[in-house]
Amino acid sequence: MGKRAAALVGFTEWAPERKWERPMFGMEACAVLAAEALADAGIEKDAIDGLVTGGLQDSPMFGPLALAEYLDIQTHFSEQVDIGGASSAGMIWRAAAAIEVGLCDTVLVLVPSTPSPSQAGDEARKMVMPPYLAGDAWGSPQSIYDIPYGLVAAAPSFAMVATAYMDAYGVTPEQLAKIAVDERNSALKNPKAVFKDKPITVDDVLASPMVCDPVHLLEMVMPCFGGGAVVVTNAERAKTAKHRPVFLSGYGEYVSHKTVTNMKDITVTPAKPAADQAFGMAGVDRADIDLCSFYDCFTITVLATLEDTGFAPKGQGGPWVAERDLSFAGDFPLNTHGGQLGMGQGGAAGGLSHVVDALTQLQGRAEDRQLASADKAFVTGVGGLMASNVGLVLEGA
Amino acid sequence: MRVEQPFSEAGRPIPRRTPTSAPFLDGAREGKLRLQRCPRDGFFFYPRPRCPVCLGDDWTWQEASGRGRVYSYTVDRVGLDPTQRERLPLVVAIVELEEGPRMTSNVIGCAPEDVQVGMAVEATFEDLGPETLVLFQPSA
Repeated sequence: MGKRAAALVGFTEWAPERKWERPMFGMEACAVLAAEALADAGIEKDAIDGLVTGGLQDSPMFGPLALAEYLDIQTHFSEQVDIGGASSAGMIWRAAAAIEVGLCDTVLVLVPSTPSPSQAGDEARKMVMPPYLAGDAWGSPQSIYDIPYGLVAAAPSFAMVATAYMDAYGVTPEQLAKIAVDERNSALKNPKAVFKDKPITVDDVLASPMVCDPVHLLEMVMPCFGGGAVVVTNAERAKTAKHRPVFLSGYGEYVSHKTVTNMKDITVTPAKPAADQAFGMAGVDRADIDLCSFYDCFTITVLATLEDTGFAPKGQGGPWVAERDLSFAGDFPLNTHGGQLGMGQGGAAGGLSHVVDALTQLQGRAEDRQLASADKAFVTGVGGLMASNVGLVLEGA
Repeated sequence: MRVEQPFSEAGRPIPRRTPTSAPFLDGAREGKLRLQRCPRDGFFFYPRPRCPVCLGDDWTWQEASGRGRVYSYTVDRVGLDPTQRERLPLVVAIVELEEGPRMTSNVIGCAPEDVQVGMAVEATFEDLGPETLVLFQPSA
């Protein structure tokens, strides 16, 4: 029996948008997200005694302090998580762990990702990731040994993982493309998805422009703005929540490097130790999981995660994917919200979309894409260049 | 955000040297690939004040053979760094050196389509003005 001390009880999620028409500073977005998530949970603001967030562009130093003041919430637990795309999933377990050890009772996890009003004009409102990902600070090893060689952004790194996978295991472009197609089939049923009206085929993926061999454009997330929040509370208060409480029964995290060049083995990701830790803590078998929601910045990320979390045999992910339907209607439901590949990556909140996907299903709120059986879910987060991983086992009460 | 990366006259990003990286960058300027070697844990890259395995400080600088193999690679077709667009298509590679450590680099001197995982390569050097890059080409 895994942990039953903390439950996820409510959430809000903003539909990702490529161009965001209503700029907001980070803490302004947090205020709106907090109000929406608390209303969804049916929990009063006075109950909050913990805040977890990521970077805040309007408070680059002392962020948790500024946020406590801004929301007028006094906290026994304040945390800022900075492990890349795994941060959102990492925020969820930190909130639950703080509740488990008795530091606090109810934690708001806030992930704003809106453009700042200090930017001007249409171009400034269009999401563009800075290619150096802050690796260009003077003294950063990346600024000396990686950036001058064109190892920037995320695509070349994940492409090199895909190249190595193809060489080692014979993974084919068609097998990788099918992941994007299956996810898109779920996105077609998600009103929040950027690509909700655009079905695609394997041929479409393979005909889309090659960005970094062997990664095609339709195998990469579209960067968007967005935002999301989740309310985590103790088991007692969870009983009074509006929706079905979802326990975080097990969790794991693993950070191994930053730059892909420095992975010990480029075909083995940090997903394995994180998942083993999470499943061990939860006491749950992989076979009992009803749905997975895996961080999917690229198709290769999903394939590697399927193998390293123990759902597909190592080296067999390609044929394994080809033999299954990964959509919400299929035999292995994965990213039933369409994934970030189908929904768009709402900035930092893209990682939270996988937590929200699992919550939506376990609370029976997935409407047209609701699974018949949804009691146990496994969620992952991936950060940096296949560098950090968080695994979460979620179980409906 | 404050951008720290310096650029060459041609607009290419160049390494900004630090006291720890200087011997490596000086070596590259002389056409030599220099690596630190720990007496217990062997060669390591990139330069650090302590061996990343044992945190010892009794390492020495050694000249490496310059030979290695392509560990993995990609071909940037779009110029993810806009300042590198004149180099497209750009082969970005991880090279595993004969001495063990891996480096980020570029493979030049052959068509991108001819690059393979495991391909034997040797170091070559590109002068960017203020600093020199360590690139690789197919072994002679």
